[in-house]
Amino acid sequence: MKIVIVGCGRVGAVLAEGLDAAGHEVIVVDISTRAFERLSEEFKGQAVRGDGTDEDTLRRAGAVGADVFLALTEGDNRNVMAAQVAVENLGIEQVLAKINDPVRAAAYAELGITTICRTTMLSDAILAFLHHQPSGMPAVIAAVAPHHEPVANAAVGPAAEGGA
Amino acid sequence: MFVLVVGGGKVGYYLTKELVESGHEVVLMEKDRTRASQIADEVGSIVVAHDGCEGKYLGEAGANRADIVAAVTGDDEDNLVICQMAKHHFDVPRTIARVNNPKNEELFRHLGVDELISPTRMVLGSIEQDIPVHELLHLGAIDSELEIIEAHLQDGSPAAGRTPADLQIPEGCSLFAVVRDGVATPLRSDSVLAVGDKVIAIGGADCEAGLRAQLIGASPAE
Repeated sequence: MKIVIVGCGRVGAVLAEGLDAAGHEVIVVDISTRAFERLSEEFKGQAVRGDGTDEDTLRRAGAVGADVFLALTEGDNRNVMAAQVAVENLGIEQVLAKINDPVRAAAYAELGITTICRTTMLSDAILAFLHHQPSGMPAVIAAVAPHHEPVANAAVGPAAEGGA
Repeated sequence: MFVLVVGGGKVGYYLTKELVESGHEVVLMEKDRTRASQIADEVGSIVVAHDGCEGKYLGEAGANRADIVAAVTGDDEDNLVICQMAKHHFDVPRTIARVNNPKNEELFRHLGVDELISPTRMVLGSIEQDIPVHELLHLGAIDSELEIIEAHLQDGSPAAGRTPADLQIPEGCSLFAVVRDGVATPLRSDSVLAVGDKVIAIGGADCEAGLRAQLIGASPAE
């Protein structure tokens, strides 16, 4: 599979290396070249410096035709925008954005983007450690349906997907 | 009218002041506490010192009863998210976004932002009006030899009122389309050209001088 990762932070770098080692074609985009220092020498994928919310940058990086697009920068809104560029302008089908604000995460799932919320994920993990009930909010929320175009295929249910 | 302004930079600040003066109900959200209290000293307790991108605070600021949300921060991605949250999560009837990167305009419009204000586009527009259009515009290259060229026919163009058959088009160059009032049509040898037309041609670099002389004429500077 061809996988684009925007944001080479800790999570982005670990995923880039893991998916690369598993034999996927990985393109990782970050606004700072220093971020790529997180990647080990074994990483065989592409590391492209540039703004992951910019369509031209993504096209130049080779994101067109990607099977999976992961928006994992530090900024919720940057992730939202990168994900929407990937869906709307590049036509990538499997798009996931990290959104740490639970309200925004739920709202964007309704707008057709699968979201992952670290806030919910971490608090649930800690609650479980303390033997308490989880928050009840799903940490990964599947995209419900695109918001502005007729739904071509059956909508993915709003139920949470299992942990990746 | 209740207007929720997000972003207390220069634009947000003056916008809030103007709106208050014209009697509207306004709430301004500015996440920087120092900046927020500075503005509050002047306009009163209508400033919320929280991030307007965060759903919780948008709700607390009254987004669900706002008639208009104006997202005027300096960051395009923030303005997009504010408008989308307002529109889809709080059912705000009208959303306005400041867009700094002109390339984002189409995406924002497509994603449902009602109105776009682009300072970059405005400045660009007024500069471009001042640029003389006596030159041929290079639209792109076909291979290393050939260029797609646009000539915008101005007053005084020798081609105005004539047909391609009347013109001496340089060897190896072909006029193939004309754009008039935003509509492109194939150029036939008997199509009459007019001032305001944009003629699209394909040719090598060596035929540019001839093409310029035929379509644009001598520039006043010459």
